[in-house]
Amino acid sequence: MSMRVLVLAGGISHERDVSLKSGRRVADALLDAGCQVEIREPDSELIGHLIATRPDVVWSTLHGAVGEDGSLQDLLALAKIPFVGSTAEGARLAWNKPVAKVIVERHGISTPKAISLPSSTFKELNAESVLAVVATELGYPLIVKPAKSGSAHGVNKVTNAKELGKAMIDAYAYGDLVMIERFVSGTELSVSVIDLGGGPFALPAVEIVPESGEFGYNERYVPGETSYFVPARLRPSELAQAAEIALTAHQALRLRHFSRIDLIMDEKGTFWFLEANVTPGLTETSLFPQAVVAEGSSLSESYLGLVEAAVR
Amino acid sequence: MSETRVGQVTNFDSWKHAYAKRAENLAVSEVRALFSVVSRPEVVSLAGGMPDVSALDNELINKAFESLMTNRPQYALQYGGGQGDLRLREQIREIMELDGVHGSVEDLMITTGSQHALELLADLFLDQGDVVLVESPSYVGAVGIFRHKEAHIEHVFTDSEGISPEALAEAADRLIEEGRKVKLLYLVPNFANPSGVTLSDSRRDEIIRICRERGILIIEDNPYGLLYFGQKPPLALRARDSEGVVYLGSFSKILSPGLRVGYVLAPPAIREKLVLANESAILSPATFAQMLISEYLSVCDWEAQVQSFRDLYQTKRDAALEAMQQYLPNIPTTRPDGGFFLWLTLPEGLNSKEMLPLAVTELVAYTPGTAFFGDGRGKENIRVCFSHPTAANVKVGIQRLANVVNRQVDLLDTFGSRA
Repeated sequence: MSMRVLVLAGGISHERDVSLKSGRRVADALLDAGCQVEIREPDSELIGHLIATRPDVVWSTLHGAVGEDGSLQDLLALAKIPFVGSTAEGARLAWNKPVAKVIVERHGISTPKAISLPSSTFKELNAESVLAVVATELGYPLIVKPAKSGSAHGVNKVTNAKELGKAMIDAYAYGDLVMIERFVSGTELSVSVIDLGGGPFALPAVEIVPESGEFGYNERYVPGETSYFVPARLRPSELAQAAEIALTAHQALRLRHFSRIDLIMDEKGTFWFLEANVTPGLTETSLFPQAVVAEGSSLSESYLGLVEAAVR
Repeated sequence: MSETRVGQVTNFDSWKHAYAKRAENLAVSEVRALFSVVSRPEVVSLAGGMPDVSALDNELINKAFESLMTNRPQYALQYGGGQGDLRLREQIREIMELDGVHGSVEDLMITTGSQHALELLADLFLDQGDVVLVESPSYVGAVGIFRHKEAHIEHVFTDSEGISPEALAEAADRLIEEGRKVKLLYLVPNFANPSGVTLSDSRRDEIIRICRERGILIIEDNPYGLLYFGQKPPLALRARDSEGVVYLGSFSKILSPGLRVGYVLAPPAIREKLVLANESAILSPATFAQMLISEYLSVCDWEAQVQSFRDLYQTKRDAALEAMQQYLPNIPTTRPDGGFFLWLTLPEGLNSKEMLPLAVTELVAYTPGTAFFGDGRGKENIRVCFSHPTAANVKVGIQRLANVVNRQVDLLDTFGSRA
């Protein structure tokens, strides 16, 4: 009997479009693998539908708070419905970028120095003085990004005070906590981790070379805007180190089944952790599917493996 | 999905080297992606310029459908002529009479929405670098077509009476002096999209004179002309000049955009080329949709339906203006006498495009003003479409929009970014 999988996609978030694309790709792969698949939006009738139909597995490709902050995972666990992906605990640790940085740092992984602040801090303490201190301590260039968001929404690299103020406004448009992080120049890498039941292992690292120089929204989702090298053009020892770091981060953040760890290797060969993705994008240009295929598996095979891992 | 092999490099577009240069203008954007939330019922969309088809009497459509399938199915399901169904063209001639436009069915051609007519005209007239004069702001769909044809889009100063004749003459002369070929003037003279402004009676003759003297063809796009709230708009430009004006009309706003039927009335020589171009592009416009509309027009009281649309949109316009007064009293807005749109001007320093993520959070959608300019202007503007949500939701949407504006003002004040 084939598995009945409910794929959740869409929702209300800034990444709705990406989520819908990811959901359809996952559904395609699972249909190819022989699953019965239903794609559904999260709405007021979802819980009733889940209880009434009790799918074998739920696979959420929802991005943003509801999908990644642990709420949905908690609900599914409560309803005893198996699901693909991290538990609520892992989701909560990784979804909040500043929290994730602290945790991986405790496990010996380097991460660029950063500070995360709500907008109220700037209002109360005078934005100009706060930004001046931040810039002096961290040093330009800086990366400004929403502390809980994805797809490079609201992310800007800045080199001076004027750009910094503007970037803060852009980032706060996506949420009330913004992270200002020291910029690290180097080779941009993404290392996916997968666990089909036999323990997590790292997939080949993907090296990202955007045409524009910045891996923004368009560079991520418009075909032709970014070149991806799989595996990354690194020495074997460097590839092994990247894999080890990704695996350590995945475990430290208590992530489950699969994740994507974003890293930068600087000129000296030091790897820097940027963020962990609880629900990596699974669109036609996304990084996780590239890594799966580079490993020599088909998406159908691997995604079915994840579904099977969820029911074990 | 094209799968990456081990040790390979990919950019997910194997044909990037092969696209025509003009395909560079066909790029998706982050803003477009943010718009995907409008399909969620929680979001009040003031964005898309959509008619309220829920106000359409479905019984009338059923009546037309049954009549068509009973009497003429063998024609409705067959290919048709490239110029479009003759009976429908005869009926369109009568509709145009309501705007004072007299034309021969011979010079009428049916298109797949008036957008298609605009595409065909742009293809007929515009070489790379040719100039199209447009209003400030102009219809986003037209700006997109002209940009795709690699034309130079020149926005001409526009105020509450529509496009300025003086500015039009100045722009045309300046560009001609520079050696540019100024080919077209594109206008939405009645309740314009996006501004809601109507071109005044006195300016219409003046504009025709300016264009005729300089050999500039006028494209008069009139999808909203019948949707007036009080007085009818002034006589159409085409009614004043049959040689210098190509007239576009549509059933999208007075019946249904899902049927995709529009029309173009052009001088004979242009019409002949348009028919050939139409046949080349699509063989024939959708016969079924044309004949369904034709049946609708003949067996239903369509004018009563248009009147009910007028009443409905007027109620919604009133709700929108009332909400503007209540929630955004300091934001200037146009006050249209028909159509679908308000055009808002934000306080200095605000950028409507940059505010969109906040709007998603507040569950409201609008179209940033930049969409209506081909030259990067419009940051301080917002188009509010009041036609599609209920009147109550129009108010809710504007209330949420006020939250967005206030939040952005707060951020700008905090970071000292206001000029």
